Amino acid sequence: MTEYEQRSEVSLIVNGAARRATVPVRRLLSDFLRHDLGLTGTHVGCEHGVCGCCTVLLDGAPVRSCLLLAVTVAGHEVTTVEGLTRPDGSMHPVQQAFVECHGLQCGFCTPGFLTTTAAFLAQRPDPDEKEIVEAISGNLCRCTGYQNIVASVRRAAELLAEQDPVAAGAAVDGSGR
Amino acid sequence: MRVKPPPFRYHAPHSVDEALAVLAEVGADGKVLAGGQSLLPILNMRLAAPKHLVDINRLAELDYLAADPGGVRVGALARHARVERDKDTFGVLPLLHEALRLVAHPVIRNRGTVVGSLVHADPAGELTAVLALLGGSVVLRRYGGTERTVPAADFFLGPLESDIRPGELATEAYFPLPAGRTGLAIKELARRHGDYAMCGVAIAVTLTDAHEVEAVRAGYFAVGATPVVLDLTEALAGSAVDKADWPAAGRLATEQIRTEDDLHATAEYRGHLVGVLTARAVRIAARRARGVQAA
Repeated sequence: MTEYEQRSEVSLIVNGAARRATVPVRRLLSDFLRHDLGLTGTHVGCEHGVCGCCTVLLDGAPVRSCLLLAVTVAGHEVTTVEGLTRPDGSMHPVQQAFVECHGLQCGFCTPGFLTTTAAFLAQRPDPDEKEIVEAISGNLCRCTGYQNIVASVRRAAELLAEQDPVAAGAAVDGSGR
Repeated sequence: MRVKPPPFRYHAPHSVDEALAVLAEVGADGKVLAGGQSLLPILNMRLAAPKHLVDINRLAELDYLAADPGGVRVGALARHARVERDKDTFGVLPLLHEALRLVAHPVIRNRGTVVGSLVHADPAGELTAVLALLGGSVVLRRYGGTERTVPAADFFLGPLESDIRPGELATEAYFPLPAGRTGLAIKELARRHGDYAMCGVAIAVTLTDAHEVEAVRAGYFAVGATPVVLDLTEALAGSAVDKADWPAAGRLATEQIRTEDDLHATAEYRGHLVGVLTARAVRIAARRARGVQAA
């Protein structure tokens, strides 16, 4: 490598914990999470923003981690699919719903669907089918077919409604807000 | 290495002045990073390799949105999702909300910026046509205090090429509200929701107090190298709004626009879409114009 490689220290909050690593400034957030922090739950598909597999929550809002530089989001809070799991190790209601409704087969796209759905339901606890379809329109699945995924989102809304909706919303961004 | 983009020097200014100083220093080797939803794919695919990346995401002073009765001002760090959801913006210019709902997917809109979309100047970009139709403008600043405001008609130069010069930072876009009893609408057709449109049009219909068509203007996207603005008034002038032959506007537009083939649609099909989408959008815009209180 003959070209100049600038590196920078990146500190951010990931799934509620402060994390830090020194990385090339061109490191994508997706690669930062996977390779520098060892959080391989975030999957990397197309790496240009089309497939949605790498979706994580940035300050609670879903974003493509492959379309962000890690240095850009230094100081912010990121929630990955690992951060959806409850502190006692039990599944988040969105994860539970995907299991119950057969919302995944190979599982490659699943982390993106789970983070997108968790954020969507925190904003819109009782969506209709049209809203669900639009919410997941930026995520591609190549095996399940979308019927079961839509059913999973609907089931997740039911499971969340059975719980305290305030607590459910706070779990999503991992910050306890 | 586990990196996708080519190497660059990274700059993270904390004020607009600092950003302008960096941009002045790096000149043509610099590229501004705002939302990055178009720039990062380009970098990841190595279609571009800027030597310097100037990240403006820390410039809170550019994260603003101001709607007043005359129009909407959008700062360079206002993201699509914020503008889409802003109630005051919707109250003044619902077309902006309607257009933003067509921009990519909700997750992309959480990060992408309105000004970034305009500077990127994608021929299929909805906002380029909206700015062109409304006769809006973009504010460009440079180190040393010079600033210029470029009207939309001069801003879009070609595919992915806007009139932003080395050293400049686009700080604001202005979407003015049209005068008179004017209704606005936007329609597009894409293969899948959220994909690039094969053809799209934003329409402004102005009615007289007697609810007859006074003026029809159209801004097309995804039909040429830049947004195409047409005056379609002659197709409908004087028509009563409840009896107008809306497809006549579509026919006139089809005659005037030279469409081209690409992977997604033939020139002929795209020309057909120009006619159909124009007729649909004109009808909706005219209906909305009826509800507008003329100033």
